Amino acid sequence: MKGRPIVRDIVAAALLVALILLPVYADLAGDQFTLTLFTRIVVLAMAAVSLNLILGYGGMMSFGHAAYLGIGGYAVGILAFEGVVSGFAQWPVALAASALFALVIGALSLRTRGVYFIMITLAFAQMAYYVIAGLARYGGDDGLTIQTRSRFFAPLNLGNRVQFYYLCLALLLAAMVLVWRLINSRFGLVIQGTRSNDTRMRALGFPTYRYKLVCFVIAGTLCGLAGALLANQADFVSPAMMYWTRSGDLIIMVVLGGMGSVFGPLFGAVALLALEETLSGITEYWQIILGPLLLLVVLFARGGIDGLLRQIGPWRKRQEFTKVGA
Amino acid sequence: MSEPLLEVENLAKRFGGIIATDDLALTIAAGELHAVIGPNGAGKTTLIAQLSGQLASDSGRIRFAGNDISALPMHRRSRLGLARSFQITSLFLDLSVLDNVALAVQAQVGHSFRFWRDARREPELRQPARVALERVGLAGRADLPASALSHGEHRQLELAMALAGKPRMLLLDEPMAGLGPEESARMVEMLRALKRELTILLVEHDMEAVFALADRITVLVYGRVIASGAPEDIRANEEVRQAYLGEAEGEVGHG
Amino acid sequence: MTLFIEQCLNGVQFGLLLFLLAAGLTLVFGIMDLVNLAHGSLYMIGAYFAATFVAWTGSFVLGTALAVIATLLVGMVVEVIVMRRLYGRDHLDHVLATFGLILFFDEFVRLIWGPDGLSMPLPSWLLTSVTILPGISYSAYRLSMIAVTLGVAAFLYVLVMRTRVGMLIRAGASNREMVGALGVNIKLLFTLVFGLGSALAGLAGLMQAPILTVQIGMGENIIILAFVITVIGGIGSVRGAFVAAILVGFVDTLGRSYLPDMLRMVLSTDAAATAAPALSSMLIYLLMAVVLIVKPEGLFSAGGK
Repeated sequence: MKGRPIVRDIVAAALLVALILLPVYADLAGDQFTLTLFTRIVVLAMAAVSLNLILGYGGMMSFGHAAYLGIGGYAVGILAFEGVVSGFAQWPVALAASALFALVIGALSLRTRGVYFIMITLAFAQMAYYVIAGLARYGGDDGLTIQTRSRFFAPLNLGNRVQFYYLCLALLLAAMVLVWRLINSRFGLVIQGTRSNDTRMRALGFPTYRYKLVCFVIAGTLCGLAGALLANQADFVSPAMMYWTRSGDLIIMVVLGGMGSVFGPLFGAVALLALEETLSGITEYWQIILGPLLLLVVLFARGGIDGLLRQIGPWRKRQEFTKVGA
Repeated sequence: MSEPLLEVENLAKRFGGIIATDDLALTIAAGELHAVIGPNGAGKTTLIAQLSGQLASDSGRIRFAGNDISALPMHRRSRLGLARSFQITSLFLDLSVLDNVALAVQAQVGHSFRFWRDARREPELRQPARVALERVGLAGRADLPASALSHGEHRQLELAMALAGKPRMLLLDEPMAGLGPEESARMVEMLRALKRELTILLVEHDMEAVFALADRITVLVYGRVIASGAPEDIRANEEVRQAYLGEAEGEVGHG
Repeated sequence: MTLFIEQCLNGVQFGLLLFLLAAGLTLVFGIMDLVNLAHGSLYMIGAYFAATFVAWTGSFVLGTALAVIATLLVGMVVEVIVMRRLYGRDHLDHVLATFGLILFFDEFVRLIWGPDGLSMPLPSWLLTSVTILPGISYSAYRLSMIAVTLGVAAFLYVLVMRTRVGMLIRAGASNREMVGALGVNIKLLFTLVFGLGSALAGLAGLMQAPILTVQIGMGENIIILAFVITVIGGIGSVRGAFVAAILVGFVDTLGRSYLPDMLRMVLSTDAAATAAPALSSMLIYLLMAVVLIVKPEGLFSAGGK
């Protein structure tokens, strides 16, 4: 981050500090619920980071991203059910399965554009949902309980809430750094160029399909990891994780937080889930507010939270066009 | 006699009932600046689209530097050294001016499956980009978002991007579209300077520019070549006069 | 054999129902360039209205007719309040905004009708079976569904191809500004088209209500199929939607009936039992994938109506 600090940077830094110190607060206040909630937020933020890569930076409107949460999650769940509890076996499978699914779906879907792309990614993800829901052995619609969390070497114990939280947080931060470097690399510039003007990119000599596909696979794999974490966090997997409306939730997080920004997905995940918690305390019908709220964001605040934060405060920087993280 | 750099044979393209390109043949020698003129709807942009690979022809052949590129996709032709500019500005508006040109450089410099290093700090990419911007006179605007540029500057940027990839041949689609007299004159000078280094196919309406720059001219009407040759011959050609130049004769001037 | 014919009829009936839903979706997209995820919500609302009105009025016909009109009105209101602000915007904006609408409608329905869903019983005169061929009888209700949807399809065809309004619709699909410049009240046209699409969705919803379900979230389930059909048929093409819908209806119905048996011939009973439901669900998507590979813009690309 260059230059003078802007409000957005301060808020982001404060949020990071808060996240790091959260378990300390939870311990002191005896508030385990918040720790669990924020573990979930952190994991979903990671999923949002992966979606932001293809949606925010790549302009690929995938409406089937939740499928990878399910695939990663079920990789862990199914293997655990069959007696394979080692994380060293489960997690690579989760990643590989997600990557493979992303490769196949991406290869087919990326030949299309715009609305077709949206509908096709949605349809294929829903297909995965039905396939998994059809597996009676693994609980079908009811889902599958995970008796033991993924096992790694001692002293790492995922069953320990605090350790697990820090693991998730570390992985989230690693993911954010990865995306940040990626987006400013040669590869990332191609992806951004493709979002900006695909025809021109091809005229320049880039085989854009190839790059989009690789980006798609990276995003899917990262989300698969988030799925594996989610399975551990909830000690439970169900097809509902990958129902298409969950993909919508992820998109809301990315857009609400601010597409095409490094911190956007994190802002979005925190905002959405915190909003859910507070609103549901007020009224049972909180979604009635969420719907129109989303509508308003779309119509009036396209830059999301990140965009809004950039525009307020004493050292405000006008919406930068490219410098990511700056 | 050197082999022609670009050879087009029997090129044809229809859109439903409309014939956009009709048995078109064209030869361009290396180092030549070849202008393609014709009334609106003559199929000039369609021709460029087919040459660059954006549009698939129904039939015919295109040879570039001895290679048959008729079936090659757009990005491959670009890699072979055939670059194009767009009639309607086609830039990366949400990226900076320098980023735009650097992307053009990046396309020709190795592959882009590099995932970590900051590409905006690679001199290999940024240097040639700055040089290209210098040539078209936009060096001072390098760090602005492309959307902040005027229309004339957009045309300059278009040219910079086409040049950045160090192509062998440029397909220029109305580079002067929408430019005022001063900007046009500047563009003509730039193109004149480029003539020495590159082969250029120039589609233009601005007759002054065409006659000032072209080594040879081809006239297109309804997708068909009605005349092709030296500028003086074209100017004297009856058919061409009737079909196209007509009263515009007076505007041609002393070019 | 009788079972096969029955399944074929079921396939046709299901396909026609899907056509109703997909037609509205593809019309709205073709003419207004609007991606409407909330189309399924109107399907749901149609079913809820019907269940309620039929119970109030005691008459099946009156209740369902009122429901269609009510859904039409709701659609028009939604168009004026929300959709108008979305025209010309990025498709992502459409997707997000209409997704927001889904959330809203789901909660709205829950607020008014409660979370448990409703039932819509059939009147006795529709509960009978009709003998269509010697030895083959079929549910009267399903037959009437086929009849009604075919009638609607014919009506749509006449409307789009033979009336002045239809001509405006087709013209609007290819050149919005031009139609506006001709002095046609584009705003009104769009509102009517959206209303029509909504009414079709609502009709589909209420028709399947006695057979399947009236519950929150029913729209989300079926809208995917409508999308698949739209992709296969080609966005903007009502004709394409018809062909694709029948195709999907057939593949899905017959697939689900016969796939388990077919699998049992190749796999062990256990494996077949496990794989069958999963594979049956996959069939339609495999069909879509095949169409995509062969013809990425769909069978009848935009413009063909």
